[in-house]
Amino acid sequence: MMSIRQFAKHLVVLVGLTALPMLSNAGELGPVPPKAKANASDTTKCVEPIGEMRKNHMEFLLHKRDETMREGVRTKQHSLTECIACHVTPNDKGEYARFGDDEHFCSSCHNYAAVNVDCFDCHSDLPEDASNKLRSSKNPHQNMTEGGKK
Amino acid sequence: MSNSEQTNNYRRKFLAQSAAVAGLAIAPGIILNQVAHTKADADKVTDATRWGMLIDTNKCNKGCTDCVTACKTENAWGMGETHSSKEQQAQWIRKVTITDKQTGHVQSLPLMCQHCETAPCVDVCPTGASMKRADGIVQVDKHICIGCRYCMMACPYKARSFVHEKIELQKPTAPRGIGTVESCNMCAHRVDKGENPACVEACSKAEHGAMIFGDLKDANSAISIELKKHGGEQIRADLGLNTGVRYQGL
Amino acid sequence: MKKAVFKQIDGNSINYWMLLALLGSFALAAVGAHFYMEHGGHYVTGMNNQIVWGLPHVFAVFLIVAASGALNVASISSVFNKTAYKPLAPLSTLVAIALLSGGLMVLVLDLGRPDRLIVAMTIYNFKSIFAWNMIFYNGFFLIVGVYAWTMLQRNLNQYSRIAGFTAFIWRLALTTGTGSIFGFLVARQAYDAAIMGPMFVVMSFSFGLAIFLLIVMATYKWTDRPLGDATFNRLKNLLGVFVAGVLYFVVAQHLTNLYATEHHGVEAFILRDGGIYTQLFWYGQIIMGGLIPLALIYHPTTGKSRTAISIASILIVLGGLIQMYVIIIGGQAYPLELFPGKEVSSSFFDGVVNSYSPTLAEALLGIGGFAVTLFMVAFAVKIMKFLPESLADEAVDPHHTK
Ligand code: SF4
Ligand code: SF4
Repeated sequence: MMSIRQFAKHLVVLVGLTALPMLSNAGELGPVPPKAKANASDTTKCVEPIGEMRKNHMEFLLHKRDETMREGVRTKQHSLTECIACHVTPNDKGEYARFGDDEHFCSSCHNYAAVNVDCFDCHSDLPEDASNKLRSSKNPHQNMTEGGKK
Repeated sequence: MSNSEQTNNYRRKFLAQSAAVAGLAIAPGIILNQVAHTKADADKVTDATRWGMLIDTNKCNKGCTDCVTACKTENAWGMGETHSSKEQQAQWIRKVTITDKQTGHVQSLPLMCQHCETAPCVDVCPTGASMKRADGIVQVDKHICIGCRYCMMACPYKARSFVHEKIELQKPTAPRGIGTVESCNMCAHRVDKGENPACVEACSKAEHGAMIFGDLKDANSAISIELKKHGGEQIRADLGLNTGVRYQGL
Repeated sequence: MKKAVFKQIDGNSINYWMLLALLGSFALAAVGAHFYMEHGGHYVTGMNNQIVWGLPHVFAVFLIVAASGALNVASISSVFNKTAYKPLAPLSTLVAIALLSGGLMVLVLDLGRPDRLIVAMTIYNFKSIFAWNMIFYNGFFLIVGVYAWTMLQRNLNQYSRIAGFTAFIWRLALTTGTGSIFGFLVARQAYDAAIMGPMFVVMSFSFGLAIFLLIVMATYKWTDRPLGDATFNRLKNLLGVFVAGVLYFVVAQHLTNLYATEHHGVEAFILRDGGIYTQLFWYGQIIMGGLIPLALIYHPTTGKSRTAISIASILIVLGGLIQMYVIIIGGQAYPLELFPGKEVSSSFFDGVVNSYSPTLAEALLGIGGFAVTLFMVAFAVKIMKFLPESLADEAVDPHHTK
């Protein structure tokens, strides 16, 4: 079942993806997603064929999200955590791009296609280690509820 | 030490304590049981299990907040909400001090989502974002939560918090974000791996052993044995919610 | 009886456009307030994890409840076949729809994730009274819209009776549903009462009619159309009955609560010890919103004065908002009873009376709901034939004798 919103997203993405080769040929304008850490296995690059992932990753994620949230299925395939762990990589200086930056794996395309996602309102845009490190540097007393504005 | 070894160590410790409570050498049976419960990653949770918790208020140390700290660390809350006032900051678990007005008797206990069987939050939620897993764990599906806060109005235990500002750098296992409601989910991600919730682990690590976690539907689990033997009360039992979290010594 | 002649208002005067501009800017301010709240999160509001529904809910619930009551005049004319109310029936449907729109706008813009409204519209948890209300609200627009249409379109007039009847049943369900939102909160001492449902129905009669009467008086005065004493007195007397009805229910609610021991705490809180809530209850809700309007309506002198009745209606609206404040905010301020007979304390404000200080943004959002309502009414009467040209006594009832 597809909601109107999903449908609209598909439309935008499809149009974007169709336009992509033309534009990148024209002058290297297309999105440049960073390289993943590793191949998914000896024989496959990602957890699904690349074309399939480009077109349908949101379907995989959506399906997996409900399975994990509601039924406790904890397999790794199609898990957002694994996507982030593998695809969000540091640059030469060891710095991570954040969601919203053109260099971040997800936003490299999403910025380009101007498709908004709210995944990262709740999920971290960084692999767990990087996320933990940054969090503890930002919150040295992380185990105390620090008083806010009042 | 690997993670699972560590867990097993804690578990052994915690079992030894509960065995001591029960006054019986029941440990081997329980270990078998725990193994039987460990589900494969691909398995779905089923209603053959109902996860529950038993908290002995007599063992709960008044000054101790180890369970709260452990929950904060595990689920990355209690930090970063710098714009929010104290009243607005989220709390998944809290230590509550209760004083009997007549006798002056003071008790201390951890309070969190009670994982009600007939959960008011689940009943009132318009979208079905408040949901109960087959194994009794109640949680918020933040993907479809619209932030109406009706569940917070309905919860008798004040177990839920609304996130008042943007959050970043969450744990992969504990997504949380602006405009949605959140609460204790018994560390579902740990439970699915066969581990204890972080609070329970911390309590036994601190050698207080005031919290037992286990399967209420399994008559041989430590929690069921202890409940059968000494009983366990529900907070606001008059509401008839059949909570998954029970207390002793109230 | 000759048929009433319906006609659009001219709406060319400077004052008319000024009115629209004023209402429009309040509506825009509400949208601005909404973006301000959504931008960084609700931390900029007065709400928190103890008072989770704040001022916007006070306005939203008030408007939604009033919407159903504003339909009264139409119901009386169609369902109970009172011809004297017929000329005002179309306006009554218009005000009802406008009030519901204003209320829902406030409700939606105060959500944590209004961007996911589509979820609320497409996924229903049928156990939730909230979800049912969503169906009630959508249905209300549809049914009342069709009802208005059957009245405005001459050749559909024959269906207006059945449409009116459907609308009548539907709005009762809607208000009961809205009241039950609170009735379902078993754990909250302040709301745990079966009387909430019927009380909300009577409240809707009173608030809805007060707003309706204000709109009628204002439009007829500003457009120089005659409004006869017969119509005026009928509406005003009805309003008096409803105000008395609300007072009766409030007394009944508190008396029944006083019978049940477990409610003594919260009763003492609202009636005696609650500080601001106690004052709002007695001075705002009871005296200002109930007793003074009653006196104004039934006193032989003021009862004839249109100014006095306008003031009474305004007081009823303000008193109604205060009543909602006491119910919604006061009910949450009173701490949840977790361990009866024990004193409770924690880092999460257990056992203490919770404080709430509304912010400007929340107030603007709520007032914007009123602005949207009035804007819709003012605009609709200009472009469609909602208003009879004359409500003079002879026009309404030719057999009328002075
Ligand atoms: S304790 Fe509150 S949040 Fe938890 S299941 Fe019960 S009603 Fe829901
Ligand atoms: S705030 Fe979210 S979880 Fe709670 S009732 Fe509303 S939609 Fe459901």
